[in-house]
Amino acid sequence: MIEMFKEWFDARHEYAKEWKEKTGGKVLGYFCTYVPEEILYAADVLPVRILGSHEPQDVTEPYIFGMFCPFCRDCLAQGLKGRYDYLDGIMISQSCLHIRQAYTSWEMHIPVPYSYYLPMPNNVQSPRALPYLVGEMEKFKKSVEEWTGKTITDDDLNRGIEIMNRNRELMMQVYETRKGEKPPLTGLEAMYMVVSGQMMHKDDHSSTLEGTLKELDGRNADRNVGQRLMIIGSEDDDTEFINMVEGCGATLVVDDHCTGSRYFWNTVEPNGSPLEAIAQRYIDRPRCPSKDWGERSRLPHIMKLAKDYNAAGAILVQQKFCDPHELDIPAIKNELESNDIPTLFLELDVTVPIGQFKTRVEAFLEMLMEEDLF
Amino acid sequence: MADKYPTEKLKTWGEAKDIRLGYYKDFAEAHEKGGLRWAGGAWAFDAVPAGLGDDVHSLTGEPYAASIAFNKEFSDECLEATEKYGFARDLCSYMRNYWGSILLNKYNFGGEFPKPDFIWTDHICCSHAKWYQVAAELEGGVPYYCIDVAVGPHEEADENRIEYIVGQLHDGIEWMEQVTGRTYDDNKLIEAVKNEFRSTSAWAETCALNKAIPAPLDEKSMYSLYVLGTLMKHSKVVADFYEKLRDETKDRVERGIAAVPTETTRVMTDTQPPWAFLRVFRYLEQYGCVSIGSLYTFGLIGLFEVKEDGSWGPKTTPMELGTSITNRDEALTELVKWNLAKPEWQHFYSPKYKSDMMIRIAREWKLDGVLLHYNRGCEGLSLGIAENRLALQEAGYPVMIFEGNMGDEREFDEARTMGRIDAFMETLGIMKEV
Ligand code: SF4
Ligand code: SF4
Repeated sequence: MIEMFKEWFDARHEYAKEWKEKTGGKVLGYFCTYVPEEILYAADVLPVRILGSHEPQDVTEPYIFGMFCPFCRDCLAQGLKGRYDYLDGIMISQSCLHIRQAYTSWEMHIPVPYSYYLPMPNNVQSPRALPYLVGEMEKFKKSVEEWTGKTITDDDLNRGIEIMNRNRELMMQVYETRKGEKPPLTGLEAMYMVVSGQMMHKDDHSSTLEGTLKELDGRNADRNVGQRLMIIGSEDDDTEFINMVEGCGATLVVDDHCTGSRYFWNTVEPNGSPLEAIAQRYIDRPRCPSKDWGERSRLPHIMKLAKDYNAAGAILVQQKFCDPHELDIPAIKNELESNDIPTLFLELDVTVPIGQFKTRVEAFLEMLMEEDLF
Repeated sequence: MADKYPTEKLKTWGEAKDIRLGYYKDFAEAHEKGGLRWAGGAWAFDAVPAGLGDDVHSLTGEPYAASIAFNKEFSDECLEATEKYGFARDLCSYMRNYWGSILLNKYNFGGEFPKPDFIWTDHICCSHAKWYQVAAELEGGVPYYCIDVAVGPHEEADENRIEYIVGQLHDGIEWMEQVTGRTYDDNKLIEAVKNEFRSTSAWAETCALNKAIPAPLDEKSMYSLYVLGTLMKHSKVVADFYEKLRDETKDRVERGIAAVPTETTRVMTDTQPPWAFLRVFRYLEQYGCVSIGSLYTFGLIGLFEVKEDGSWGPKTTPMELGTSITNRDEALTELVKWNLAKPEWQHFYSPKYKSDMMIRIAREWKLDGVLLHYNRGCEGLSLGIAENRLALQEAGYPVMIFEGNMGDEREFDEARTMGRIDAFMETLGIMKEV
């Protein structure tokens, strides 16, 4: 069953097209995981995350200046190449400037009937953020209603919450199994699971997750776990890279990625008003660096993950030029290392120099093994 | 090249210089005089800490970092210190210069880095809040407050968005009272807010006067003038100065005084220039080419509006409109509304806002071409720049691009840029005469 996730990951476009044909519903491409998918599910819209394809390309050159992150360019390239030609709408929820350019260029050059910019607050630590976000979500809900011609009731919103929460809870259970001495799944498999979930209907994904959870007991029992690593940083769906790391004698037991745990970590807690409950969830979720101020809430969260999952070391990865993550890396590195968790820093580009990175990962693992000896 | 127009030095030039140096000196010496110091971005709501008293002085990061960048040797030292600490080389170069100055404990205007009592800033690009989060840490835990102003473009600003920012400001005032132990004076706030309206509107009016042929001001001089608005646009000194400068510029226009007496060609630039290489502008002059400014020089602090005849001119202040500002909430609300209209805040949401404003400037200021600085130092202001290039070209304006970095001279190729200018001038059909 677990192979299904990889199949979905690889055949993301086919899946969405089939879903559309089958249901006659609308598909919306989104650029950032701060998008309140609950509202889209409430309107029976399928949200799919727009991600890159890790191929070299030159189609974005006229639209995005080369000092912006390769991931945002890779995303735009998908649109320019017509790979998402089935989308009925696109949207972004305010996050970093880089991905915002991919969104605005898409809006300008790739015709799509619906487009929405949700100004998600950055000061999520302020008490003013919640009422503000509720207000913005009300406007967004109204806009989706106009677009789809459907009224979204509180019942619909509660259904949207349930769909999202069920999936989050199942993913939490999956991640829970990775805490054990013999994690039943690899980091690569976990990545396929999370990312495929960002591209398909959550009900389909959740049903398969339920089946998979039953399969996990005792799975991979004879696999050599090697060094237990965690991986932290910017957007990362680079499966080839993850595969290489795990091929060097390690298992990625947990992550802090928006293509990983950050996506599903907290659920919507019912509180009477569904929109308020949804807004609260996005305010409380494990934060992206550009929203993590005045306090550094990421540090205790990351340290807790490292401890709960018993990580021996951490790989800090970031997309080249990714300012938000670059801004947090020294603090994270310092925190981990002062808690005796060695780190390895790597910078991702659209394509990753696997050979070069392999040498560095091997050296890092060797260092960790030496530490084991003493 | 023979002069076509008369020229003369700006009478207010020396005063601008004095205000600027006084500002940095006041910050350094604030403690000796029993005053307070705060630090934050140039876009921080500087009128708000003014309610703490007249002896409260600020250090705004971007202009301070630009002054470091201008001083190449010290800048290199700062950048190296920041890299050594572990920060990436492609981050905002203002921020890296600023952190370097803290790390080295050296103030660009002499002595040790004067540690602020608190940090008061705002967040619109990915770096703003984090810049000062790190600065506060490097300074050993200075109290920090940051206001999120990234609520979307001005044309979509509604009550919910305004209220979010106003609310943060209200909380911020309480916070300032707590961390400084001072009682806040709303009258001082109201006065500062009014000064800010005066400053930023008068600066816009000065920029609009540059539509005249010959241009009374050139961009290189404008850099030394607009900077006051990034230091303390809320102060009476700056508001008065800008009104004086506006009057002088008006007089220059009336008398046909040119900034560049050989003016035959008019261009504008974009984003911060590579500060260590301002001679690029003098090079342009050899072609009789004047840069009349840019959206950056105009709109970083200047507030504009569309006038009855459809052209861009200074924004009418709430005082001119007869809006009453009698208490804290009214002052904060007007301040937020005013700031949300800032031209340089619009293009954070879509390049189309910036393209439209640039095309407007190109038309109204009668330009022959545009020089776009693909500035590696500032991801905020180079956001969407490639789209701006396409839009300007589509509108019929020749565009020259050059890559550089406002605050990291290692990323600017001077010879290549001059070569590009030569080629660009050739395409515009202009010959150099020395
Ligand atoms: S990788 Fe970084 S810069 Fe790129 S889209 Fe993500 S957060 Fe933004
Ligand atoms: S990147 Fe640009 S806009 Fe952002 S803080 Fe630096 S100078 Fe300011």
